Amino acid sequence: MTELPRSYADRDVVARSFDLLGFLSRYGTVIALVLLVAFNLAFTRNFATMQTLNVNLTQVCTIVIVAVGMTLVIATGGIDLSVGSLMAISGALAPMIFMGKILPIGNIYLGVAAAMLVSVLVAGLLGLFNGWLVARFRIQPIVATLVLFIAGRGIAQVMTNGNLQTFRVPEFQWIGLARPLDIPAQVIIMAVIVAAAAWALKKTLFGRCILAVGGNEKASELAGIAVSKIKIAVYGISGLCAGLAGLIVIAINSSSDANLVGLGMELDAIAAVAVGGTLLSGGKATIIGSLLGALTIQLVRYTLLANGVPDAAALIVKAGIIALAVWLQQQHRG
Amino acid sequence: MNRVRLVRIIGTYGVLIALAALVLFGFLRYDRFLSFYNVMTLLRYNSMFALVALGMCFVIMTGGIDLSVGSVAALGSVASALASPYGIVPGLAAGIGAGLVAGLINAILVTRANLMPFIATLATMQAASGSALLLAGNQTVSVSYESGFTAIGQGNLWTFPIPAAIAVVAYLLGSLVLNYTGTGRAVLAVGGGEDASRLMGLRTDRVKFLVYVASGGLAGLAGVILASQFGAGQPIEGVGWELFAIAAVVVGGTLLTGGSGSVVTTLAGVLLLGILFNVLNFENGMGWISLSAYWQSVIRGLFLLVVVLLQARLTQRRLGAL
Repeated sequence: MTELPRSYADRDVVARSFDLLGFLSRYGTVIALVLLVAFNLAFTRNFATMQTLNVNLTQVCTIVIVAVGMTLVIATGGIDLSVGSLMAISGALAPMIFMGKILPIGNIYLGVAAAMLVSVLVAGLLGLFNGWLVARFRIQPIVATLVLFIAGRGIAQVMTNGNLQTFRVPEFQWIGLARPLDIPAQVIIMAVIVAAAAWALKKTLFGRCILAVGGNEKASELAGIAVSKIKIAVYGISGLCAGLAGLIVIAINSSSDANLVGLGMELDAIAAVAVGGTLLSGGKATIIGSLLGALTIQLVRYTLLANGVPDAAALIVKAGIIALAVWLQQQHRG
Repeated sequence: MNRVRLVRIIGTYGVLIALAALVLFGFLRYDRFLSFYNVMTLLRYNSMFALVALGMCFVIMTGGIDLSVGSVAALGSVASALASPYGIVPGLAAGIGAGLVAGLINAILVTRANLMPFIATLATMQAASGSALLLAGNQTVSVSYESGFTAIGQGNLWTFPIPAAIAVVAYLLGSLVLNYTGTGRAVLAVGGGEDASRLMGLRTDRVKFLVYVASGGLAGLAGVILASQFGAGQPIEGVGWELFAIAAVVVGGTLLTGGSGSVVTTLAGVLLLGILFNVLNFENGMGWISLSAYWQSVIRGLFLLVVVLLQARLTQRRLGAL
């Protein structure tokens, strides 16, 4: 499978026709996805089953949810390194609430509702804090979100004293385990979030403002856009997405380990956004692209694993694909 | 220029004053804080981070970033552990060599393929991590204790820890290169304005190429020390090192936008973050409070926040005055 994407970069092809390169840079992710599916249909046993689809979708959906928020942040020219730590915080907080460790709540439904709301909102508030640092103090996004990247996981570990919290609470775990109509619940949540964000980015004033800020901040400011508010809002949304993803992870695992929830998520999400075709410098973004980017990375990994390639080697291939995808997109721009 | 100079002064003196204050606090409050054993242990342990932060400092001064240093260090530790039965030199060569190769890939991706440093080094990070796991067969690789390889991490030069001596030499060289060679001045020029530097005739790509290769080599060397100090090549170690190194560089007053920075204050940044943890341990030992090790990241994060806010305020006020 590795040969397929690599052949795009074949020198002869590049020399013969520059248009092909432009075409690939525009539709490369879709083509790669189609080729991956075709390859799997031909060579991977039991690929065309609901189970395979569900396995891949459930594995990818937390990355996609985080990548949606990340796409909006990157669209403004920023970046959010804190998402993994925010996942850990919301993942640590929720069980503490519904298991009654903070406040004894008699009704389990009430407890679960409070747990979900509070932990996602806390993650959202911490996201707003990121945005505040970026917008108010003009701190570079990498540094501003680095603060919570470092401190956030520590906060989650301090809250739980580093202990594993295990639970068996179906009233909560539907978010990661229920299957209405045979579709995993988190896949439905993912689809709703992707659809809402894609619509918001394309069709609403807020979406256009995000792209304007990323495209040219000074011009946006002069055009009367409330740049600071837009920036604070996207980091807040990124925090909300991370909080929700944290809940899904712990629901699937029936446990919450503050040391592990969301570890490395920031880089997976950024990779999905980059492969999906969103400019890392801001100003151009596609939510559907991020979805396709995440799916492509996931499917590459699945394809390699299903065909007996060790996980470590799959990492190397993944790295190559990220670099290649971003390089191809640059050819289009250049 | 004024802004850069001001930030540099604040960076230099701010971090040094903070470091001195923290050391004084520890000295006055804890009996054995400045004891020989504590100081040497602190230096020995933090030498790996110091080496990684040195490479990061140079990369950041050119306006780039290197996210791969942690997994490159892990790769270096595995490679050197595998080569350790053949002696000290092969062990060193294998670790540094692996780091140089990773740095070379970063350099090529950034200067030839024109990828953004963030993405290029993110990809290398994953590839290095995968390579480390493959090389190590998904487990830690114990080093040879017969060949003398462990001296690099555990040995002493008279009474001074060898890894700390390596770090000191590296920082001296780094400081000399930055302040007294054309390449060093070019590093700052490229970070200050790449287009202008190119138009002035500086070979900007060559400078960028060099810093990424150097950062890879230093990360590999940190990996050698890791393997030697803890007796094993550890393919999954190094997670988060890159961000610790960035934090140390930022605390040291180097601007992430490039164009200014100092090697000495980066070392002070590393020591400051290391001593914070040390002070926490001593404070726990006093028995007044009991903060778990998990507090160290919270405190480091808060510390970074304070530094960053101070930098932001000072640079903004200055800009307002201009």
